[in-house]
Amino acid sequence: MDFTLAYNAAHEALPYMLGGVVWTVGLIVGAMLLGLAFGVPLAVLHVYGPWPVRRAVSTYVWLFRGIPILVQMYIFYFGLLAWLSGLPLFAGLGLDSPFVAAVLVLGLTSSAYQSQIFRGAIQSLHAGQLKAARALGMTDAQAIRSIILPQALRLSIPGWSNEYSILLKDSALAFTIGVVEIMARMRAIASTTHEPVSMTFLAGIIFFVLTWVGVKALNILESRVRIAGYTRQGAA
Amino acid sequence: MAVELETTPVLEARALGKTLGGNRVLDAVSLALPKGCVKVLIGPSGAGKSTLLQCLNFLIPPDSGTISLEGREVNAKSKRELCALRQQVGMIFQDFNLFDHLSALENVRVALMKVKGMSKLDAGELALAELARVGLADKAALYPANLSGGQKQRVAIARALAMDPKVMLLDEPTSALDPELIGEVLAVIRDLAQNGMTMIMATHQISFSASLADEFLFMEKGRVIEAGSPAELLRRDSGSRTKAFCAKISELTGEADDMGGECKV
Ligand SMILES: Nc1ncnc2c1ncn2[C@@H]1O[C@H](COP(=O)(O)OP(=O)(O)OP(=O)(O)O)[C@@H](O)[C@H]1O
Ligand SMILES: [Mg+2]
Repeated sequence: MDFTLAYNAAHEALPYMLGGVVWTVGLIVGAMLLGLAFGVPLAVLHVYGPWPVRRAVSTYVWLFRGIPILVQMYIFYFGLLAWLSGLPLFAGLGLDSPFVAAVLVLGLTSSAYQSQIFRGAIQSLHAGQLKAARALGMTDAQAIRSIILPQALRLSIPGWSNEYSILLKDSALAFTIGVVEIMARMRAIASTTHEPVSMTFLAGIIFFVLTWVGVKALNILESRVRIAGYTRQGAA
Repeated sequence: MAVELETTPVLEARALGKTLGGNRVLDAVSLALPKGCVKVLIGPSGAGKSTLLQCLNFLIPPDSGTISLEGREVNAKSKRELCALRQQVGMIFQDFNLFDHLSALENVRVALMKVKGMSKLDAGELALAELARVGLADKAALYPANLSGGQKQRVAIARALAMDPKVMLLDEPTSALDPELIGEVLAVIRDLAQNGMTMIMATHQISFSASLADEFLFMEKGRVIEAGSPAELLRRDSGSRTKAFCAKISELTGEADDMGGECKV
């Protein structure tokens, strides 16, 4: 293999590949936020809900964790969303776009995983705090919002870093339904330049940098919101 | 006391029953707290003291019996009535249960804002005054993790007092404290009692509570089996269970001199 050739090819391909970063970042930001928006209420219901609700949440989590992302992408893109966007009610909303399908699949799957991160964090809190909040006259909703979640969300940040890096790698599967993210561009360019190794290597570097930046950012967030003197084991 | 009998008690429990895990933890316990009185619950571990106190504000819902606040029976099925009751009944826990993510000031302020709907400014001002009352104005900005046990319990007391409760329930407020920190918390409690707060307290601090209480309630196996003034129950020749229990505690804690002195009252 000629390294100069490979380097030049990678160098030339870089702007085009970086164009894919926008889509990849869009996918994971969308999926993380969707996962957060669904994951928090799911976790709360999983811990505090009556048993039929807890059962329903378990089933949801089990489903999305159990079905491979690739299979879900196909089901959503070619099945569910294609059908929905054919209905007059949803026509013209862009539901048939591969990007929407990918964000939904990654986000819902992430919500299943994130709900388990939050659930663990909620359950690691000493139950006495909820009791104290109730004893002051707070409703359960008030206590969960202003006492439980602020602490549980802080404790969840390390788990989130993990979830972010997993999501980033899962997002590479979006090329299978036609989202022109990094992987899709890598494959396209590799087939025209006949430099598959250097292109794969380049894509790998870009994913690595994205992982590093995201995890670093979450580490910074974690130290920003740290409570004085507080350790995970609880205050001494 | 004669006067108190004529007025409605601040808090009254009638025939409270509770079964937990097949265990009769409370067996038809009744009690009344007239305004300004201090009652002390003593008894062996597992007697049901904590369960009784938490039934009084429905943190543990009793299986049977009723609770009335100032003569009005509380409807346990109404969430709104429960919240209203709890606002007027302060509770202090053995392990403080401060909110770990909030500073001392915020711990006291949060329920004022969320429950009483006070503005942040008003709530902050009141919270600071309450912290000053327990001698912690200079610790307002500290988080629970940076407070000593005694300071944490005083913040917890300030937090409960800020709600302006009609009665306080205290569940072994000093049991989790190192011996040298007990005094500062007892001082705050004594102060409260002297200012006329209606209270019921579970404790093993026999000598302290004997000097404070209007009535001792001795619990065993889910029932109040003895009730009377501390002087009466702790008299050397009373032959009461209370006296025997108290003598045993003083032996165990090795504070025979101190306790013995009080027990002889
Ligand atoms: N959730 C539960 N399930 C079964 N039994 C319980 C439960 N909670 C408490 N108990 C039992 O109820 C009894 C009374 O407990 P409680 O905590 O009220 O006692 P206590 O008088 O406060 O004791 P201590 O002095 O140790 O605090 C104990 O025998 C305890 O084992
Ligand atoms: Mg107890």
